[in-house]
Amino acid sequence: MTALGKLIRTTAFKLSVAYLLISAIGAGAVLAWVAWSVQKLIDEQIASTVEAEIAGLSDQYAQGGVRSLVDVVERRARQPGASLYLVTTFAGETIAGNVASLPPGVLQRPGVVETSYQRIGDQEARRRALARIFVLPGRFRLLVGRDLEDRESLRGVMVRALATSLLWLTAIGTIGGIFVASRVLRRVDAMNASAQRIMSGDLAGRLPVSGSNDELDRLAQNLNAMLDRIVVLMNGLKEVSDNIAHDLKTPLTRLRNRAEEALRVEMSPQTDRATLEAMIDDSDNLIRIFNALLMIARAEAGGDRQMMQVIDAGAVARDIGELYEPTAEEAGVALDVDAGDGLLIVGNRELIGQAIANLVDNALKYGAQPALLAIAAPVAQDIAQDSAQNRIASRVRIAVMRRGAQIEIEVADRGLGIAPVDRQRVTGRFVRLEGSRSRPGSGLGLSLAAAVAQLHQGDMRLEDNMPGLRVVISVPAAMEFQGPTATASSGQVVNG
Amino acid sequence: MLDSMRILIIEDDRDAAAYLVKAFREAGHLADHAADGLQGYAMAGDGDYDVLIVDRMLPKLDGLSLIGGLREQKIETPVLILSALGQVDDRVKGLRAGGDDYLAKPYAFSELLARVEVLARRRGGASSDPTIYRIGGLELDRLSHKLTRNGKEIVLQPREYRLLEYLMKHAGQVVTRTMLLENVWDYHFDPQTNVIDVHISRLRSKIDKGFDVQLLHTIRGAGYMIRDGAR
Repeated sequence: MTALGKLIRTTAFKLSVAYLLISAIGAGAVLAWVAWSVQKLIDEQIASTVEAEIAGLSDQYAQGGVRSLVDVVERRARQPGASLYLVTTFAGETIAGNVASLPPGVLQRPGVVETSYQRIGDQEARRRALARIFVLPGRFRLLVGRDLEDRESLRGVMVRALATSLLWLTAIGTIGGIFVASRVLRRVDAMNASAQRIMSGDLAGRLPVSGSNDELDRLAQNLNAMLDRIVVLMNGLKEVSDNIAHDLKTPLTRLRNRAEEALRVEMSPQTDRATLEAMIDDSDNLIRIFNALLMIARAEAGGDRQMMQVIDAGAVARDIGELYEPTAEEAGVALDVDAGDGLLIVGNRELIGQAIANLVDNALKYGAQPALLAIAAPVAQDIAQDSAQNRIASRVRIAVMRRGAQIEIEVADRGLGIAPVDRQRVTGRFVRLEGSRSRPGSGLGLSLAAAVAQLHQGDMRLEDNMPGLRVVISVPAAMEFQGPTATASSGQVVNG
Repeated sequence: MLDSMRILIIEDDRDAAAYLVKAFREAGHLADHAADGLQGYAMAGDGDYDVLIVDRMLPKLDGLSLIGGLREQKIETPVLILSALGQVDDRVKGLRAGGDDYLAKPYAFSELLARVEVLARRRGGASSDPTIYRIGGLELDRLSHKLTRNGKEIVLQPREYRLLEYLMKHAGQVVTRTMLLENVWDYHFDPQTNVIDVHISRLRSKIDKGFDVQLLHTIRGAGYMIRDGAR
């Protein structure tokens, strides 16, 4: 495609041409109307002049007869720029006047007529005139007329003005169109070039923004924001795949090693059995990681919102508290649940339940260590003994409350907590802080809870419980009458 | 224990199907295999099966349509759906389509066996649930919610009551941890830790502690079972 062809194809140029056409039609219409009005005015003036002369001449005739009329006509006809005069007998013979010839039959029709004529002593072609024929008493005929040259030249001026203005309009419009189009085209070309660079792998590249804050700039800004988001997602994806590679390959390697070991070494049936059981445990662990990843992916992708209904977050919290209470007691942790009724949200009961369960599970695993380690050893020992006697070493609290238009689900422990610098990071997939790596867990519990919060149009934040960690899932409270309330307190025996 | 069951496995993966057929036979049941949806539909309509195990993604006729078709023909054989799609909403869709239970792949055979046995027994006599469950001196009165062992009253928390009720309803059958979480708590997620085990050990300390005969048994690698140990 040639540069000009490309230019002509641009929207800016096409728009310019369209505007040009509309302006030309408008200008033409205005000029035509002016011309028509002026012509009408001139015609009226000529008609009234002619009328006045005829009135004067017929007075002359009435007072002085034909001779007087002929004298006046002859005198007037000789004046420069004179009107047309013709006096004839009833048979059509010329008595006086300055008209050499008229088309036949014109004199037979009294009244106003537009006709061609030839003036005496004028060798030029016939001209046009507006004339009035008047029949005098005695059947003489009097013709008085005005040349239409003025009108004709005015028409010429008008036509020339129209043509010239259209020419200018077209020229200016085309040049303007090309200018605007090339300016737009240059920017679009730059954007296209950037887009192609980005597509060919330069993901750090961005579309140029001119700074004029026009629609192209806003388009570029939005596309740039989209690119930023894509880069964040891609980095996240890369991090996840790296982590998946690590976290799935480690147990897979262990699984494989166990199988190889069992094949290689002659062992007793008992050890074979133990190996196989360990392998099943490894597989189960892999499946668990895999399921958690899928669940996070689903929740982050938005999931099936049709599965959401109005649920009582307080009831879900009580369910989970009840489910974990014996486990907590066994771990020497007091588990308090503080959740009222009617804390309604629109959500998926299973996912909210899973999220709370993950947080409680974390609190029991990592929050149960009291902050004893920092205290001097003998004192710590005393406290530890004391705790052992009371069977309560720590406290985990599940609370659900309304704060404005939000329902907040809070799980707080009194353990070591998480340093502020790590709080953002720890919700990432597979992130496990130092000191927790040796313990069981996949590093997906908090990610899942965060993804669930996001799915419910809420968020999850980590706070200092002084001491300990407080995780708060904040989701919008359900509007009233938003749908049927599902009974969150459950236990219906479905099977059996 | 249980009489042997007739099971139809509708599964297009021949290795997986062959493994299941063999495993069910070893467990004392009769198992047939259909390799695609249409064949499965025909066999399920003709044969007198106690339980159908249906994979969701099948050639020729998908699992959910197959179940819908059977239900339309008033064939009410219990169906367990086996599927690689294991999310909450997949499960709900499966049960809405007419499935009676849903198990996500990959699964433990012990879990599948326990669920299939419960489904098969439901077919046997769901209507004749007694008002009092009795196992080896343990009596649970479902009207008064009273529990006694050898005539001595035992006080239970509401959730413990529900747990025991479910176990006694399926006395003599293996009940897995996930079955308990699903049926007693109505949650289907994986609790990661041994929360159910702790509930069971609490219940056990209430009903078995101080008695010679243990009724609540742990079945290794599978789950729990309540049965009269004397038999």
